[in-house]
Amino acid sequence: MGFFRGMLNLDRRIIFILIAGAVVVPLFIPFHLKMHPTPASQGLYNAVEKLPEGSTVIISGEYDPGTAPEIQPMMIGALKHCFRKGIKVILMGLWPQGPALEGQALQEVFKEKEFKEMNLQYGKDYVNLGYKAGGAVVIQSMGTSIPATFPTDMAGTPIEKLPLMKGIRNFNDITFVLDFSAGDPGTPAWVMFAHDRFHVPMAAGCTAVSAPMLYPYLQTKQLSGLLGGLKGAADYEWLTKSSGTGIRYMPSQSIAHLVIVIFIIIGNIAFFVVRKGEKR
Amino acid sequence: MSTDIGVWIAAFLTLGILSFLYKDNPFYKVSESIFIGVSAAYWFVYMIYNVIEPNLLGNLQKGEWWYAVAGILGVMMLFRLIPKIGWLSRWAVAFMIGTGAGLNFIVYLQSNVMKQIRGTLAPLNSIGNIMMIVGVITGLIYFFFSAEHKGLLGGAAKVGIWFIMVSFGASFGYTVMARISLLIGRMHFLFSDWLGLLH
Repeated sequence: MGFFRGMLNLDRRIIFILIAGAVVVPLFIPFHLKMHPTPASQGLYNAVEKLPEGSTVIISGEYDPGTAPEIQPMMIGALKHCFRKGIKVILMGLWPQGPALEGQALQEVFKEKEFKEMNLQYGKDYVNLGYKAGGAVVIQSMGTSIPATFPTDMAGTPIEKLPLMKGIRNFNDITFVLDFSAGDPGTPAWVMFAHDRFHVPMAAGCTAVSAPMLYPYLQTKQLSGLLGGLKGAADYEWLTKSSGTGIRYMPSQSIAHLVIVIFIIIGNIAFFVVRKGEKR
Repeated sequence: MSTDIGVWIAAFLTLGILSFLYKDNPFYKVSESIFIGVSAAYWFVYMIYNVIEPNLLGNLQKGEWWYAVAGILGVMMLFRLIPKIGWLSRWAVAFMIGTGAGLNFIVYLQSNVMKQIRGTLAPLNSIGNIMMIVGVITGLIYFFFSAEHKGLLGGAAKVGIWFIMVSFGASFGYTVMARISLLIGRMHFLFSDWLGLLH
């Protein structure tokens, strides 16, 4: 009884220390976890895998440094996947910091020998159109004219000077959209305008917090696939046979979850035991 | 250990924010104030150079004078700060709400209501479909307040609340996962970028 009372009155700082330990120790002593990709993650992988070589894909980044630990591994995974398949990539963002983080993701990708040797060229194989304010209005405007919506790229180069953008008028010239979003404006706006209005197939990656809100779009096939949080990022890395922080962080994530589950179980048992004792 | 002053400042601020977990302290207050101040300044400058300059001033310089209407509406928003003419800000707000509603109403209805209803009308040929239809109907019954929740209606509402609780549980689980992911990111920064103990 004393133990259970003690558990109910446990200093929350002890829980914080245990969670910190659960997160930090696996970073130093990594262990391998077998991945079992969810059907939602598999859906995104399959959709990109089916795209023919030379397709043009828009990758939009709606996230910031605060949510980068979850979204950045997805962005890096998507860039690797697209480059391996010879897909042309148009980067952009509806959040101001999105395109800058996309630039960092590109740097990470090009650090790897495989992608360095591909000798991919800016303007020909990929472009970064940067940030445009307006959220859903930007997507709607792109449906009419992408060059009018983005007259220049992120560095200020006129769009007509970029070979990749020649012949790109609107969503009719885009094969697929991949949206990586941490909130609003984000995936719902892309679904409403790019997919439902202009009929471009799309898939998305999002923070774990947003995932339950986006799952209904999977069932209605408005999204071909969905990467939810760090687990989604790890799934995608596993499917694309890449190494990254998604898989690397999974042991910490799993152990931390285990600690939380144990505390929830102990807390519930303690609650009922103490209540039963008090009734007597 | 890093020799980059930026990394040291970031590490100091990260530890400052995390120190709140022990208890409120000046170290935390300083970090919080710096975060708020830097964020406000960052957004102010970013919006001037990435929104106002290219979208408003750039177009006005090209002689597209009708963009001045947007500029005037933007200035009218700030009239809220002057009580005497604060009512003028309502015009700008009304314009934004009207445009937003007009732009989104039909598309939102089609994407988030009609398509979802169509998605729910699934054949009762699997456990998943049966669960989904029962969950949707009983969940909606729970929010039907025009009749007292007793008898058949009360029973269905009770089933509905169970489905709602399960969905809240799933959302909570995802929220925990998100927060732990962010903590892992910060810890990795401290032990890798700052202390150089991880590679």
